[in-house]
Amino acid sequence: MDYEIVVIGGGPAGLAAAIEAKQKGVSSILIIERDRELGGILQQCIHNGFGLHVFKEELTGPEYAERFINELKDEGIDYMLDTMVLELSKDRTITAMNGKNGLMHIKAKAIILAMGCRERTRGAISIPGTRPAGVFSAGTAQRYLNMEGYIVGKRVVILGSGDIGLIMARRMILEGAKVLAVAEVMPFSGGLMRNIVQCLDDFDIPLLLSHTVTEIKGNGRVEGVVISKVDENLKPIPGTEISYDCDTLLLSVGLIPENELSREAGILIDKSTNGPIVNEAMETSISGIFACGNVVHVHDLVDFVTAESRRAGSHAAEYVLGSVEVDKEGLATIPGDGISYIVPQKIRSENLSDKVTFFMRVNKTFSNVSLVVKSGDHVVREFKRKHLAPGEMESIELEKEVIEAMGLESLTIEVRKEA
Amino acid sequence: MYDVAIIGAGVIGTAIARELTKYKANVVILERGHDVSVGTTKANSGIVHSGYDAPFESNKGRFNAKGNEMYEKVCKELDVPFHRIGSLVCAFEDDDLETLEKLKINGEKLGIPGLKIIDQATVRAMEPNISDTVISALYAPTAGITEPWALAVAYAENAMDNGASLMLDFEVKTIEKSNGGYKISSADINIEAKYVVNCGGVYADEIYKLIDPTSSMEIQPIKGQYYLLDKNCGSLVNHVVFPCPSKLGKGTLVVPTVDGNLLVGPDSELLATSEKEAVDTEKERLDYVRTLASKLIKDIPYRETVTTFSGLRADPKSGDFILEESSCDGFFNAAGIKSPGLSCAPAIGTYMADLLALKGGFEENPLFNPIRRANIKMSHMTDEEKNILIQKDPRYGRIICRCEMITEGEIVDVIHRNAGGRTVNGIKRRARPGAGRCQGGFCSPRVLEILAREMKSDMRDIYLEGRDSKILMGLTKSSDKEVI
Repeated sequence: MDYEIVVIGGGPAGLAAAIEAKQKGVSSILIIERDRELGGILQQCIHNGFGLHVFKEELTGPEYAERFINELKDEGIDYMLDTMVLELSKDRTITAMNGKNGLMHIKAKAIILAMGCRERTRGAISIPGTRPAGVFSAGTAQRYLNMEGYIVGKRVVILGSGDIGLIMARRMILEGAKVLAVAEVMPFSGGLMRNIVQCLDDFDIPLLLSHTVTEIKGNGRVEGVVISKVDENLKPIPGTEISYDCDTLLLSVGLIPENELSREAGILIDKSTNGPIVNEAMETSISGIFACGNVVHVHDLVDFVTAESRRAGSHAAEYVLGSVEVDKEGLATIPGDGISYIVPQKIRSENLSDKVTFFMRVNKTFSNVSLVVKSGDHVVREFKRKHLAPGEMESIELEKEVIEAMGLESLTIEVRKEA
Repeated sequence: MYDVAIIGAGVIGTAIARELTKYKANVVILERGHDVSVGTTKANSGIVHSGYDAPFESNKGRFNAKGNEMYEKVCKELDVPFHRIGSLVCAFEDDDLETLEKLKINGEKLGIPGLKIIDQATVRAMEPNISDTVISALYAPTAGITEPWALAVAYAENAMDNGASLMLDFEVKTIEKSNGGYKISSADINIEAKYVVNCGGVYADEIYKLIDPTSSMEIQPIKGQYYLLDKNCGSLVNHVVFPCPSKLGKGTLVVPTVDGNLLVGPDSELLATSEKEAVDTEKERLDYVRTLASKLIKDIPYRETVTTFSGLRADPKSGDFILEESSCDGFFNAAGIKSPGLSCAPAIGTYMADLLALKGGFEENPLFNPIRRANIKMSHMTDEEKNILIQKDPRYGRIICRCEMITEGEIVDVIHRNAGGRTVNGIKRRARPGAGRCQGGFCSPRVLEILAREMKSDMRDIYLEGRDSKILMGLTKSSDKEVI
């Protein structure tokens, strides 16, 4: 089995990348999807707010996915469901398995990684206590509610004020549960402001900043949790413990790009993003293997996933059609003060058309600052920003000439506080 | 009336049950949990010790070396993983060097083969990540690692394949002499057996006192807490790495698991006899485990933690394993089986079974089949083997657990075996979904669906572990499922 482009993952990233590649002239494309339907995580995100940028409409997750699924089918792009990729090799052979065909070895000229991410678990953050039923990652709870039709609990505490936790707080209330509190270990929330307002404020759910869950109680089922205040080093402060009587704990404590396949293939991973190091073409360290969406870095808005994935699809098409000539590494983008990571991590100015967008996250909240782009010590450009937060991905744009003028010097982006 | 009733389906109870089926004896295993192996056997280090530190002339001494020797054969018959990776007891200062010498001499007296004291350079060559403060070590090549709950499940399954019965959710409330044997009652069922073997773990003393209230047997729980780290850390160590043993026990160690994870722990905390259900983890104790472990191995990457857990050792106040017929005729105790209990299990199994066979005059069972049908592990098969299986049953082509690459077919298989898995944790113990880095985040809705379908029940009735641990609490307002 051979295809020109194989896309691993049929969620929003994979769908957009495949469609773009087809429209840019590649005819032989396959999407491999492990779930029983296309759409990825969008299928369980029944709240709206998707597509404000791409469609200028407020769609639900499934509606947004449906637009792309329909387009995919109109384009006649092949896809396999209930199929798991077991292995990816450097020479771009994919080993996959399903019940119908058994084990398959699929050769591709180019591969687009779109595997998305998984949730950080209770075990990974070592919350002490017993191990009863009733502890769920927020996404798993969302799947039970929105796709399987079951409620997971009646009295809920949520740890983590990232978007998934906030959305699930509202979701549980709408199903008749009591949500007693959302605890957040940082002094600021990790989610979008609109979610704080629409999910917590509107429902009078207390948000406890600088708090965390320090114990889970209950034998068979959760009977309660203990929440403590934390200090500036995020360590629980003894004496601040409060017990909450609940039967459910939802965890929204971080997303981790799923790069097991990437790592096993030898693709270089950025320790800050946990995703592949990519260049301006969304190409990884292995030539011909591209990546886009949450597998590269965790996004807040699916609209940006779509834009990024269209870029990846477009460049993968160029690669397959033989129209890329650039061989060099390019210059590295370096996160400076206040910046957690920058994507792409490498820029080859020769391959740029006119502009390039850099995506980044800051490591804490800032007000009234400038994002300063430097080449070595030389300040190239500044962008004023009123408000920056880790939970809201930031971007800046630079023209091709500006990058070219940097030569081989690295590009640093840092946060500078205004006087 | 049964010939033998075994109380407790941990590794000791199930080992004895299986060895008893080599005789023509009607055996029943009574387990208070909703699955086998949910007590101490579920939460320990999984180590098969060489046995050099067991006191000479003790049960521990007698059974450790023998049990260790039996592991290859038993694990082959029962298809349980066992890797003889060897162990290192590490010395940090001169006093420790003396201890190593003493252990070596004791071990040689017990007939433990291959013991060698090695110097710092050799330790570093064998364990590149060993702490700089380790100056020497005792190397014991016969130590190994296994999966303790897999062994108990396999023993139980093989015992049942050979005719034994298993009664779960049977919490012993009373034991009385009756009809020449014993009547054992739970809250709602009575069974009668000529002989009883008490393998009640931390509760063995309380169980024995049901028939002999004057007994001085006392079992104290000693808690131990652990970190389990991701598979990408499994090669941080190559052997079981111990510190020198102390009064508290063998110490906090660092060891790979048979699945390739890294296990760090346990600590050792004596609890009150009223705390026999205290299997919670605590931050201070977990932090303490880190401190102890850092003495042995450099830079343990705790950010790769998959989970933490704790278990209780059944510590006999009398000091040694209690393996004997009690003063109540026909009532046997296999109690106080803390470390090296797992290592001794195969030997304790045959010993106790033979004791009972002698007592009861049991004949040999010519139909006994020692072989348990092998676990189906797709991830270990060749491409052709995979395709043959998938052709027969397409469920073997559908991966449910992406972290460990486990298929629906494998899950269905472990549900329907004797002593099969019927809970989410039961599936985790037998087939791995839920044991990986996502801790069930991806697979548990699918595992619930499969369990409900295969057991002809409803997802809302599936337990995580015991009968008080339902996972789902009802339907959503717009659900298309039936109200029950």
